[in-house]
Amino acid sequence: MSESKNNKKNWPLWEVFVRSKNGLEHRHFGSLHAADAEMALENARDVYTRRNEGVSIWVVESKNITASNPKDNGELFEPASDKVYRHPTFYDLPDEVKHM
Amino acid sequence: MSEKEIKNLEAIFEAKIARDEKIEPKDWMPEKYRKTHIRQMSQHAHSEIVGMLPEGNWITRAPSLRRKVALLAKVQDEAGHGLYLYSATETLGISREELYEQLHSGKAKYSSIFNYPTITWADIGAIGWLVDGAAIINQVPLCSTSFGPYARAMVRVCKEESFHQRQGYEIMLTLANGTPEQKEMAQDALNRWWWPSLMMFGPTDDMSTHTEQSMKWKLKRKTNDALRQQFIDQTVPQANILGLSIPDPDLKWNEERGHYDFGPINWDEFWQVVKGHGPCNKERLQTRVDAWEEGEWVRDAAMAYAEKKAERKVKQAG
Repeated sequence: MSESKNNKKNWPLWEVFVRSKNGLEHRHFGSLHAADAEMALENARDVYTRRNEGVSIWVVESKNITASNPKDNGELFEPASDKVYRHPTFYDLPDEVKHM
Repeated sequence: MSEKEIKNLEAIFEAKIARDEKIEPKDWMPEKYRKTHIRQMSQHAHSEIVGMLPEGNWITRAPSLRRKVALLAKVQDEAGHGLYLYSATETLGISREELYEQLHSGKAKYSSIFNYPTITWADIGAIGWLVDGAAIINQVPLCSTSFGPYARAMVRVCKEESFHQRQGYEIMLTLANGTPEQKEMAQDALNRWWWPSLMMFGPTDDMSTHTEQSMKWKLKRKTNDALRQQFIDQTVPQANILGLSIPDPDLKWNEERGHYDFGPINWDEFWQVVKGHGPCNKERLQTRVDAWEEGEWVRDAAMAYAEKKAERKVKQAG
């Protein structure tokens, strides 16, 4: 929670996730400030769903999100790029075999 | 980090942008990129927030319920746009409080157009038609700008903006087809908003200091002059449909260029308003500061209530 110069607590930051319709996942829409979760939901409804953009909203206080660091992208994600055997095209099959 | 390492990172960074890859908040970025984006995005956010004031002036006096709900929805959209943009700016490591402080102290700028007064109801029509029309032309290229959060916010803003322009044009159309007095009112609004709208695209290219760097970062995809010309070419036929005349005796279709030629813009006026000497600079900022200060007890009460509720929950659980 950020503190202002007069030591007062400001409304914390919340991340907003919206499901645009049933069958789809919640997607990150943006963030906003609110005093608590209930207000964050109400504000999210006004800020991010003024035109029927959603049927469900999640809010989570931003400080509770742990994010990977792009600096570690090499060790995190590169090992996957040389594992071509995880893809169907790696395997040689005769043309007669259709639809596999 | 050594100078060589920074140079290397910069090269990777520039190559990424050249390949049209997006930059996300936690990615490494040159300090200048971060600062420029904080400046431009916060100015943009401030413009949306201050932009509510000239139009808010007419909500209680809208001529019909239809006009009133439309204007309310438009002003609410502008609040929303300001909030999208503030939260996108905060991803660059500046707090909302610092951003507000920069606006309220006058350190940060907002679009000068909002320092002009809304004297008659026709001004609401002219703002939607011209000011939002110019804003759309400025904003559409930003949907593909290099900084991810800015580009995503702009996609949402642009989707919502076209209703704003259409509601303004409809107001102008109604007035232009009304009584002679109403038509005159529409013409008067066009006369007052035309030149300030052209100034919204910023100084001419030869006077614009940030253009080159901004083009490289895709913060700008067309120059000020190109965007201004696009606005004029698009708006003149719309004025003809209204039966109103654009207040520029030099305005003329140039067959060879395939564009309208137009008269000189009064850049002295532009710089006067930018420097704080426009008709409403003081009033706008004061209204904004008052709203913020008078709302302080509400924000404090909400925070205190949230804390009390959280404490009670902890006690009950314990």
